[in-house]
Amino acid sequence: MTAVADQPVVEIGSPRLRKEDERLVTGRTRWTDNIQLPGMLHLAMVRSPFAHARVTSIDTEAATAAPGVVAVITGADIAATQGAIANAWPITADQVTPTHLPMVLEHVACVGEIVAAVVARSAAAARDAAELVDVDYEELTAVVDLKVAADDGVLAHPDLGTNRSALWRLDSAEQGSGGNVEEAIAAARAGGILIEREYRQQRLIPAFMEPRSTVVDPTGEQVTVWTSTQVPHILRFLIAATTGIPESKVRVIAPDVGGGFGGKLQTTPEEFVTLAAARRVRKPVKYTETRSESLVSGHHGRDQWQKLTLSATKDGTVTGLKVELLVNLGAYVALIGGGIPVLGAWMYNSIYKFPAYQFNCQTVLTNLPWVDAYRGAGRPEATFAIERIMDELAAEVGVDPLVVREKNWITHEEFPFTSVAGMTYDSGNYEAATARAKELFGYDELRAEQQQRRDAGDPVQLGIGVSTFTEMCGLAPSRVLGSLNYGAGGWENASIRMLATGKVEVITGTSPHGQGHETAWSQIVADRLGVPFEDVEVLHGDTQISPRGLDTYGSRSLVVGGEAVVRAADKVVEKAKVAAAHLLEANADDLEFTGGRFGVKGTDKGIGIADIATAAFTSHSWPEGVEPSIDAEATFDPVNFSFPHGTHLCAMEVDTETGATTMRKYACVDDIGQIINPLIVEGQVHGGLVQGIAQALWEEAVFDDNGTLVSGSFVDYTLPTTADTINFLTDNTTSLATSNTLGTKGVGEAGTIASTPAVVNAVVDAVRHLGINDIRMPLTPERVWRAIQDAEHGSQTPPTAQAQPHFEGDGAQGNQDSGSTGGGQA
Amino acid sequence: MAKISVKVDGVAYSDDVEPRTLLVHYLRETLGKVGTVVGCDTSNCGACTVHLDGRSVKSCNVLAVQADGHEVTTIEGLADGDTLHPVQQAFHECHALQCGYCTPGMIMQATSFLADNPTPTEDEVRVGMEGNLCRCTGYHNIVKAVMAAAGEGGGAK
Repeated sequence: MTAVADQPVVEIGSPRLRKEDERLVTGRTRWTDNIQLPGMLHLAMVRSPFAHARVTSIDTEAATAAPGVVAVITGADIAATQGAIANAWPITADQVTPTHLPMVLEHVACVGEIVAAVVARSAAAARDAAELVDVDYEELTAVVDLKVAADDGVLAHPDLGTNRSALWRLDSAEQGSGGNVEEAIAAARAGGILIEREYRQQRLIPAFMEPRSTVVDPTGEQVTVWTSTQVPHILRFLIAATTGIPESKVRVIAPDVGGGFGGKLQTTPEEFVTLAAARRVRKPVKYTETRSESLVSGHHGRDQWQKLTLSATKDGTVTGLKVELLVNLGAYVALIGGGIPVLGAWMYNSIYKFPAYQFNCQTVLTNLPWVDAYRGAGRPEATFAIERIMDELAAEVGVDPLVVREKNWITHEEFPFTSVAGMTYDSGNYEAATARAKELFGYDELRAEQQQRRDAGDPVQLGIGVSTFTEMCGLAPSRVLGSLNYGAGGWENASIRMLATGKVEVITGTSPHGQGHETAWSQIVADRLGVPFEDVEVLHGDTQISPRGLDTYGSRSLVVGGEAVVRAADKVVEKAKVAAAHLLEANADDLEFTGGRFGVKGTDKGIGIADIATAAFTSHSWPEGVEPSIDAEATFDPVNFSFPHGTHLCAMEVDTETGATTMRKYACVDDIGQIINPLIVEGQVHGGLVQGIAQALWEEAVFDDNGTLVSGSFVDYTLPTTADTINFLTDNTTSLATSNTLGTKGVGEAGTIASTPAVVNAVVDAVRHLGINDIRMPLTPERVWRAIQDAEHGSQTPPTAQAQPHFEGDGAQGNQDSGSTGGGQA
Repeated sequence: MAKISVKVDGVAYSDDVEPRTLLVHYLRETLGKVGTVVGCDTSNCGACTVHLDGRSVKSCNVLAVQADGHEVTTIEGLADGDTLHPVQQAFHECHALQCGYCTPGMIMQATSFLADNPTPTEDEVRVGMEGNLCRCTGYHNIVKAVMAAAGEGGGAK
């Protein structure tokens, strides 16, 4: 316990290998599905095969009689106890919000809804018996298409009288943050450039690798819920709020959680049904979904039509932007489902100095699975649309896409800058990030090669895609959330326990599921308290250990949760200082704290913080009238968002004869403020990039006309593989955030937000000379080929949405050799 | 019920199993080898990859009865005591995992792949690892780790 002996080097900024890894690489893991409890029973769900139906009868007799079956549960059995699936963010006061029950009582509004459940001795017995539950349905007409639904011809919920849930609007003239967009559009129509486009954000599935699993143990005084969630604290609150179980009687634990990407930012019907079943049979119950169940019953992401009108002067200076969104909520307004597109309201104007702006968002109910947060959540959609249309503006003006961006972006001297949407960007340097990205990418050389291929009429054309983006992270200032009618705050909590043996426990209210908080938080605390990295243990994800928290999503953990840790550490030092003065028989004003040690200025007298923790434990000579503890807690509520930004450049080769696309090179430079661990940052960027690239090239949730999910397994929902992807060139520039002590901005979503438009811009750039200005995502070879064929035959109509072909000629095949042409890691 | 005898991570087991039992369920539910996980129903994701007589198989695609008389190695049996296998070490050092759910399968596939091809090119790694899905890493560091393990003789074991 000699704090002086092994002082750590400066941890913040160091590429520490992760603490989490040892157990993960050896299989010493605790996924929810690994949990076995005495007397534990297993649950299987009976799900509706119809997207819209009325349950007319349920015959449970055969299932009840099956071997090992303990109970068969229908909605009627648990109607009074099952609670509800909440919408935490009604975006308008008059939002139409259908009641969302965990198990349907009568009305089925989308495929996969739970109509009954079987509890049995084994998972296999439960599943076998679930097949024996005989449900009679009266099938109703399903409304599947978003635009059709918006016309209210067929209703997703007949009792509600409309599919139109809410209309949300931001207008720069009305709120005083900018000019009148209609006037700008009229002026451009008269004598400038007016570009009107409609883009489609296809529906995506988060597809975390660990299927969701929930174990509920009702034995003992508290109900304990283990679940694969990003939001244990929110789940605990909503269980209490909707079932009537006192919050103090509920403990929620998120053990090892295998990815989320927003897909586990939800309180699910499965969690509530498992809870109701366990309480009913009074035994521990486990439910683990199959992948097919996961794809249909976990929430989906995106699914919007985006209409944009961009007005500009003839030199490419943008004068106004009007956005009209049509948003598919699916069958219910999910936890923050209505709010996701609204998060884009402040992001369509992106890094630019647009003088006038209007954002309109119409949310619509359909008979498809519900939509909620998926990595980026509202901001990828916004970034895609603005970065696509800025390329169109460049083409119209006849200049390089970077030139038109530079003409319109906020220069680094102009920060802090209040945008036309009314958001104040604290820091940034778009010029620096772009310059570095161009250098990393070899921009000028690739442009030269593009010209050569074009001149030579090469059947394989080269396109270069640009995406300069910003995002708002660090969700969120509670006052802002309050003004938006969001149902919770945006603060985060941390506490630090200084143990008698000199070890340090850090308790965080964030709930990591792959991000490496245990490592990064340890680095922060090691620096702040001057203790060895190895001596810091980070505890999280259990409401009994970490009683206060708002969990992990929206690139908030470091920016908000990390700052709470910093403040708790500073309080520890303050408390320890009082004891140090006493123990050193010195005046507190004469003490300085460096490297984990309080020293008396001008002397060699001092005491380490670990020794003070020991002194608090024994309390044999603790100062009188001072509580014998140096533990501390802090809650941090940010006053502003943070604004990471970056420049992403993508080169795509397009075979104009087959439509096959190959990624040639991808370089990105992200400004995420202070970096705690560059290794973790790089990993977040890589993973984010591939999710965004996958939206551009491969992924789409496809439904048939009856609302049945066609891409309902990993055979059809085509996640990228090693063979589809390349190595990426990544780097960072740094302008510190001013909203927190460390200067961090958040990195979890950057890659996903930025990469999709970079890829699509690159493919369109490769074939623009053929007369093509858009191709609908995902850009399968077939769609690219059709666009080329249509252009040759004088039609630019984008192809209609179709199921991705599989097994032969699909996107994955087309990109199989992309690795061979990828650039190496910088 | 069918009687099977199978050696898993060096220990001999003899059990009665339902003939329909998948090897992965036998490993997880009967033997408690929960380091091996299930990620899909269609043998696409590879999270359940183990070695059967030294070669990688997706254990959701093998019946437990097919393992009768054979030897299975899971992620739990790969390290030599406290010393990580070179591939495990490479995954750690290259930050080739985030949530870690795909990691057991990735590592078991990589060790089997490197046993067949101890000095692969990057393209060969990308094709050799194609049957294992990861949603976190974008594969960049996984490919790097497999290449690094090859350099460290990761295929030798």
